[in-house]
Amino acid sequence: MIRGTLSPSPTLWARRGYRRLMSTGNSLGPVGTLLRFFALLLCGIFFGLPLIWLILAPTKTDVQLTQNFPLSFGSLSKLGEDWQHLLSFDNGVIIQWSINSVLYALATLILALVVSLPAGYALATSNPRGRRIILSLTLVTMLLPISALVLPLFLEMNLVQLVNTPWSVILPTAFFPFGVYLAFIYYAVSLPKDLLAAARIDGANELQLFWHVGLPLSRPLLGLLVFLNFTATWNNYFLPFVMLQDESVYNLPVGLQALIAGTPALHPTTSTNIPIHRAELALAGVLMVLPVAIVFLFSQRFVTSGALTGSIKD
Amino acid sequence: MNIPISSPANSSAPSKGETRSRRRRFFPTAADIFVLPYVLFLLAFGILPGIYALVLSFSSFANGTPQYFAAGLQNFVTAFTDFRFGTAFVNVFQFLIISVPFGVIGVTAIALLLHARTGWFTHVMRTIYFLPGAVAGPTVVLLALFMCDPQVSPFRGLFAPLHMQQIVDVIQPGHLPLLFTLLGFFVGAGGWIAILYGGLQGIQRELLEAAIIDGANAWQSAISIKLPLIRRYVIYLFILTFAGNVQIFTEPQIIGVSFSYAGISTVSPTWSPNQLSYAFAFTIGNFGAAAAISLLMVAIGLAGATLIIRATGFFRTDATAG
Repeated sequence: MIRGTLSPSPTLWARRGYRRLMSTGNSLGPVGTLLRFFALLLCGIFFGLPLIWLILAPTKTDVQLTQNFPLSFGSLSKLGEDWQHLLSFDNGVIIQWSINSVLYALATLILALVVSLPAGYALATSNPRGRRIILSLTLVTMLLPISALVLPLFLEMNLVQLVNTPWSVILPTAFFPFGVYLAFIYYAVSLPKDLLAAARIDGANELQLFWHVGLPLSRPLLGLLVFLNFTATWNNYFLPFVMLQDESVYNLPVGLQALIAGTPALHPTTSTNIPIHRAELALAGVLMVLPVAIVFLFSQRFVTSGALTGSIKD
Repeated sequence: MNIPISSPANSSAPSKGETRSRRRRFFPTAADIFVLPYVLFLLAFGILPGIYALVLSFSSFANGTPQYFAAGLQNFVTAFTDFRFGTAFVNVFQFLIISVPFGVIGVTAIALLLHARTGWFTHVMRTIYFLPGAVAGPTVVLLALFMCDPQVSPFRGLFAPLHMQQIVDVIQPGHLPLLFTLLGFFVGAGGWIAILYGGLQGIQRELLEAAIIDGANAWQSAISIKLPLIRRYVIYLFILTFAGNVQIFTEPQIIGVSFSYAGISTVSPTWSPNQLSYAFAFTIGNFGAAAAISLLMVAIGLAGATLIIRATGFFRTDATAG
């Protein structure tokens, strides 16, 4: 948005020097620079260390976990053993959980996009019936934490006998008011109205307009919506925990909870011979985190700039 | 509810006169059809659950099947006078008192610090802060159980001076509000830091340049110029943190489950109001009382939502409005 508004400078070097003076300057002072560095580094340790530990943990035995340096590496073969042990839990049900998680997340994502994008587009570019009330209700529901509605949703799903089916998780999560709002803002601000007008004069109907003009111009929006919806669905716990009762329809988060509760990993006083210990649980945790972490790495730019910024700026 | 939503800038949204004439139209337009699926979802999963909970809160479940409107206010009395009700709200209140200021001040301070300089260090740190957002739900609780275990934690050096040798020394009822605060910050702060950083990037360069020329140092420009310009983000952060944290469920639930199994009941199964509601529904079988608590939680969430929309006027997309 603001990028590229630098006053024109004759050479690249001059521009760099100017930018350096203006953006960093020397205004922090040496002490300030040092303080800032250490404060941010400390935060980096707080946020980064647990993740590094989690990735290394599955390579170590329980003894190594307690006695070795926390950030030491065990062995790759231990990783394979952990995986075998995880598979031995209820006949490899963790595979089913992973498949369920992927299916629920994809189904929700597709449904949410198909429902939200045209709605946001129409609310921004034309005047559907009840526009004001739809927008008002969208604002209210998007600011209302989903967990507030979980029990009422359960009761509703119970009424239509969808409890314990994937739909009881997919349908409520595909309701994505924040997505509609972001799409609404994006199309209202970023879509050149002249372009739409020109296409209309050329005889394009509304569906063609959306398909050939609206959609191709909404890549940053799509990136942000995919990111927000996928992470929310992949990590969803409260709703599936309440809706799904059979182990075979669990997603990974609910399954992980079953692993924590049903194995001696975190409470060695329990006497069972299920071979799930800390390392195995950590591996299950890594399995859950990895897909989202990859999505995160690639989508930070969508959060830092663009569509989201526009939505809460005055 | 009279929420000011103005038409988008330069939009083709019609004036009042046009609207009136359009109301008489009979056939749905393309725009109506575009919006229809979303409206159905909005009704089914946004509005209807609330209405259904309202109905159930007045219904009796005494003999297993619901008898609609048979209970009067009894469910509310049952829920709100339950001996666990007060404790659950005290717990969540203690959690809010710590977590909301910690979250808002922490995120804002880190975003401003990051923005004081550009370069690879800033970029790398911002990414590191952002990544834990990928860890959520049970995984973050699992991670917390590891981090709080003095036997395996990479932070074990911090526990020794506090004379904590076992995980049960760390996870005590009195420590829970702080523990959940750190958990929430670990997971959520990075995303908000990125959003606030995005807001800071949006500040007009000329403004910051003028401040430098006027001799402001980085601290002065952060406090006097940048902070006021992103205050809307900060209010938004504040209210969403409040509204989200009030609904806490996952963390106490999973920590409770993992500990009760070992015979140590450090975490009550009805630690938070949402857990109490869950217990009413699935342990006690009183869906009416569960609905009553749910409604209270929805009301708190709605109050937060309405507050943010009305008091701040964020969600206008038209600069000329109001």
